[in-house]
Formats: sequence, structure tokens, C-alpha cells
Amino acid sequence: MARIDVRKTYKLYIGGAFPRSESGHSYEVQDSKGKFVANAAKASRKDVRDAVVAARKAFPGWSGRTAYNRAQILYRIAEVMEDRRPQFVQAVQQSEGGSAAAAGRQVDEAIDRLVWYAGWADKLAQVVGNANPVAGPFFNHSAPEPTGVVGVLAPQSSSLLGLVSVVAPVIVTGNTTVVVSSYSRPLPAVTFAEVLATSDVPGGVVNLLTGDAASLGPWLAAHMDVNAIDLCGLAGDDAVTTELEVAAADNLKRVRRAPAAEPDWTAAPALSTMTDFLEIKTVWHPIGV
Amino acid sequence: MNFEYAPAPESRAIVDIKPSYGLFIDGDFVDGHGTAFKSVNPATEETLAEIAEADAADVDRAVKAARKAFRGWSRMPGRERSKYLYRIARIIQERSRELAVLESIDNGKPIKESRDVDVPIVAAHFFYYAGWADKLEHAGLGANPQPLGVAGQVIPWNFPLLMLAWKIAPALACGNTVVLKPAETTPLTALLFAEICQQADLPNGVVNIVTGAGATGEALVTHPDVDKVAFTGSTGVGKAIARSIAGTDKKATLELGGKAANIVFDDAPIDQAVEGIVGGIFFNQGHVCCAGSRLLLQESVAEEVMAKLKRRMATLRVGDPLDKNTDIGAINSAAQLARIRALAEIGEDEGAERWSPPCELPSAGYWFPPTVFTGVSQAHRIAREEIFGPVLSVLTFRTPAEAVEKANNTPYGLSAGVWTEKGSRILFMADRLRAGVVWANTFNKFDPASPFGGYKESGYGREGGRQGLSAYLKAGA
Repeated sequence: MARIDVRKTYKLYIGGAFPRSESGHSYEVQDSKGKFVANAAKASRKDVRDAVVAARKAFPGWSGRTAYNRAQILYRIAEVMEDRRPQFVQAVQQSEGGSAAAAGRQVDEAIDRLVWYAGWADKLAQVVGNANPVAGPFFNHSAPEPTGVVGVLAPQSSSLLGLVSVVAPVIVTGNTTVVVSSYSRPLPAVTFAEVLATSDVPGGVVNLLTGDAASLGPWLAAHMDVNAIDLCGLAGDDAVTTELEVAAADNLKRVRRAPAAEPDWTAAPALSTMTDFLEIKTVWHPIGV
Repeated sequence: MNFEYAPAPESRAIVDIKPSYGLFIDGDFVDGHGTAFKSVNPATEETLAEIAEADAADVDRAVKAARKAFRGWSRMPGRERSKYLYRIARIIQERSRELAVLESIDNGKPIKESRDVDVPIVAAHFFYYAGWADKLEHAGLGANPQPLGVAGQVIPWNFPLLMLAWKIAPALACGNTVVLKPAETTPLTALLFAEICQQADLPNGVVNIVTGAGATGEALVTHPDVDKVAFTGSTGVGKAIARSIAGTDKKATLELGGKAANIVFDDAPIDQAVEGIVGGIFFNQGHVCCAGSRLLLQESVAEEVMAKLKRRMATLRVGDPLDKNTDIGAINSAAQLARIRALAEIGEDEGAERWSPPCELPSAGYWFPPTVFTGVSQAHRIAREEIFGPVLSVLTFRTPAEAVEKANNTPYGLSAGVWTEKGSRILFMADRLRAGVVWANTFNKFDPASPFGGYKESGYGREGGRQGLSAYLKAGA
């Protein structure tokens, strides 16, 4: 008799642990052909709030790491993904359809993107910060700092490359994040969370929720302890993104607006993917004997 | 011997205030169609001039003029644009005394501040950004950065001309055209700046000035053909602007309120620190978004610092803004004075101890003595809310970690001060303070080359320096 396979329970990733949704809700996930694959946890408002608490708690430690250390950890994520490449190819193909080769290119690009962002950790301050030659006897310089806890609504179509392309730029600079995955293609995101959990990324730096961006987004956008939000996952839904931008104004969150349509994730990323979630701090000190 | 100061008033003869002013649209002064209002000298309550109010149709005309001018201005080679900005900088220097006197009359700030701080930095700001106009491809924003279009800019009354410079200089250098609304209580130097644009032969419509209050500002920032909103003012209005542009393609920079901690450690150079504390909160009557309004004293030196601070405060001269010896001028408006009074009373009601030096205030005009509150807790409203007046709240701390905790315990994050002789401690504190500007062993320093702007609810975007360019440029194709 053929062996019966052991199937995985797909859960949320909050504070370094893998809980189910506190709501007890889940939803059916289908493959690209409409066949049932698994039940994913359906994150609730309370899960969002728990994730924000975890992200805030992780922020001082993560932003306080050296840039070199953050680079090492992002590179480590890429290493572990490479190691599990076949699993990701299978997951992406299952979610998005197409050929195994096409899915493989997505996975390769996602891994390479992590390597690209890893390298930025100890260089970005040199590119976007500088000394300021003020008209007086003062040392004066400006350098970027992470803005804090960033809410990310990940893209709906590109289940892995898109996800990595919005998460890596947020955390490489020292932010922590609460991510809502693609609703209909959430499983690569959960597998990605399992990679994060085994790549020396401290718990709480990335919190990953599977569920509906349109229903979870408003809670993230209105949360007073979230500093910024990326609305990418609601691309094309102008009514909801406008509502979220209005909610985000309550504590003047930095908002990365949703594009009109999901972008081509294979294109080279802009620096703004990182700088949109940075603050420039300027320090003055007198010069004298 | 009598060591009293003799009055040393600056002459008003240099300024020529007209009985009424129109709007500056497309290179000309034109009538407004709203309800004209008066600008008042806050030191005397005399009416200075009648000012046109721009209604929505006037704002629309100004935006159309800016849109029409954008084509030529944005395509003009940067080196030519830069020469217009250099011209403006030079004319500001040439007419600096006139601008300083007019600013002090309209705003109430001491002439020594308008003369030695505001106007020189205004000229420097135009010089600084003039030099960027033909170097934008080196700004770090890509090879071919492009202007955004028409900028709608709304500025406050505390540094009327300086805020105008912070807004207009980078916008123009990057090839944008602007419609700027000065504050309703301080429009005169902006209108004089319009004349300066005429003297510089700046192409018509590149700079438009529309006067009015909140309704005019709202018409401007919500105008569908405005591509960029730049606002300096209260956090409440900043949030309203952020909501009003939700769902649009407008870019925004918001420079809003603050409640800065000025932290003094026990090893600080106390005399210098006292000067920094005084400058931090009493400069410009405390009408400063980055004012050091929360003084955090390490317990072991709290008594000594307070004694020296009170002695120093007793030497501050409050009075005629045009007197060259005046340290603290008039509160800008009756409304602002009422707000400061109300918050000071709340401070007393909540149990903090209030102290002001003996000081005679003029009978006419709007005045508030330099005031310090001790025994303030973090829960007190005077420790949480921006007072925007010459009122200092004093708290104490024991350890650096406690100082960081208290300093960051605010929704604001504009600026902070640190006073200590220990270099490693300065850097430790500078690292942990969640604020856009950290002044160490100094305070309230400004320079066009130095980016300024806040974290958290103090707004977003930076003004000044290379970083200030990104507010007015987008990546080119």
C-alpha cells in the first residue's frame, strides 16, 4: 500500500512563533487550477494587533544591530532559501501556475534580490547620508534611520518574488514589519516565514499574516503604533487605498502608495523601496578647544 | 551709577507699508475676491495694512498661472534658473534691513533676531539652492531628475520670510513653480518678496502669493492641478492635509509640531547649557516648532541649573521688538496669547510650580513673560502639548536610559538637545533620540545645508540640504 503523506498545517508567523489565528478561522487555498491544497489561517484584527506588539518589541534590538550583522542575516535568508529551492519552486508553481522553469526563475530572482538588499545594509547610509558644510564652527551630519514598525500589504499576484521585494527593503535598514500575504496565494509566504525562523532573523522582526489585505489593511493603517505602511497589495483598488491613506493620517504614517497595477517584479528595484521607510537624522555639535 | 539700558529703537522709516495689498498672481498684484482682512502689529495692536483674501477662484487663477509658467521654467537650463535665484538672494541681502524691520513689525519678533538670524538665513537659503539648480543630476536621485510641477505651499507666522525661503528656494531650483500662502497674521514680508521677484525679473507665474486664512490654504492644497503640497504648521492641520490628499498623486512634505527634550547631564558645561536652554525656549518668544520646551535635568545638578537659569531669565528684556536690546518680543496674535495663557493656567491647575522673573510688560500689544514650570510630570499637559510660547517645563531624570525614555515619550519627534562633556554619551543619546535634529552642546541652530524635519507626528520630508531636494524632484525617465 502506498504511503500516506504527512501534510503541513499552514499557520501565521508572529513574534517568532507559528500560531493559528486567534479567531480560529481559516480559508481554503486552491492551486492555480482551482484544486484544494490546504486551509490557511485567516488572520484577524487581533492577530494584527498581536503582530504589531511583537514588531514593536523587536524594533530596538533589530535597529540596534550593526548594519554588518543585518547584512549577514539577510544573506543567510538567501542561503537557506537556496537550500530549499525545490520546495519554493513547487510552491510558486502550485500557487501561480506556469512551468516549473518559470517558477524557478521567480525563485532565483527572489533569492538574488535578497542578496542584493543584504549588501545595502552597510552602504545605504553612505549613499543617502552626508556631512553638511554649515556656515559656522559645527560638526554636522545627516544619516538615515529606520522609521519603526512598517505595515506591508504584500502583492496579490507574485506570491514569492513580490513578497520578498516588499519585505527585504523594509527590514534591511532596521525596521520591523507586519506583513499581510497574498490572499489567494499565501502558501509560499508561509514557507518563507519558516525560512525566516531558521535564518537568525530575531522573532518579531518579520510577522507574517495570511489573510485578506482589504479587511486587515484598515486595522494596520489605523494602528497608532505603526509608523509606516506599504499599500502595494491593494494595487488597483482606489477606493480602499484612499480609505487607508485617510486612516494612516491619524498618526502621520509614512505611506508608500499602491501602484495602479502590480509592477513587474523582475525589474531592478528603486532606492525608494528603502528610503520611503527611513528618517533622516541630523546631528550638530560645536567645534572648539 | 545707572546701568539701565537706554532705548535703542531701529528706525521704521526704511519700510513703506501700503494701506492695502492685493494678491501676487502671474507677475502682477491683483485684487482678491474674498473678504479683505487686516494685518496687525502685535506689539502695538495698530492696523498695518488691509490684505486681500484669495477665494477659491483666485487660488485657481494662481495655480493656472503657475501651471502656465511651469513649461518654460522647468525647461530652462538649470544654470539659467540658478541665476534668477542668485539674483533673488542678492536683492534680499541688499534689502535686508528693510525686510528685517518689516518682519519685526508684522510678526513681533525682536529686531536682533530678524536682522541677525531670519533674514541672513533667508538669503543663504536662496544662495544654497541656487547652486543646486544646475547640479540636480548629482543629487543622488538618478541621472535625470524631473520637477514635480506646481507646488502649493502653506507657511506659518513664526518665521514668515524664513519659511517662505525654505519652501520657494528648493522648489524653484528644481524647476517647479509655486503658489504660496503666507499666514494671515504675517503676510507683509511675503508680499515684499513678491516685489523682489519683480525686481529680479523672475518670469511671470513662477512665484505666486495668495493671502488668506485656512479656507484659502485648503483651496490651495486640494486644488486638483497642484502636484506637490508643502506645509509647515500645526500637527492638526498637517493631518487634515494628509487626509485631504489621500487617493491623489500629490506628494507632500509636512513640517509640524514638536515638544523637544533638552537634556542636561551632570557633567555638562552648566553655563553654556543655561544659555542653550534660554535660547532653546525663549528664542522667537518660543514660537518655534523645534523649541526645547521640555527641559530634562539630571537630578544631581537640577538645583544648580535652576538657580542659574532663573538668574539668567531675570536678565531677559521683554518689550519693543524694534529695540535692539530686546530679547523677547510680542506674542504674534491675541489668539496665540490666549492659548499660551490657557495652557499656563492648566500647568498651575495640574500642580506644577510656575515662575517668571519680575518683568514689566507694555500696556498695549500681546505679551507673555518668560515662564518656567518645575515639578512637572510626564502626564502634565504642559509636558505633552506644544505651547508655542515662552514657557518651559522642567522634568528630572537619573540615568541616561531614563532620559531617553522620557525624551521619546511623545508623539512628536522634531528635535532634541543633549548637554554633556562626554563624547560617547552624546553619540549614545543622539543614536537613541527619535528626532530629526539633535543638537549636542548647542541648540536652535539652522543652516541651509542642514536638513530639517521630524519623525513620527512631527511630519515627514526634510527641508534644507541635499535631502531637501527630494521633496521637489522625481526620478526621470
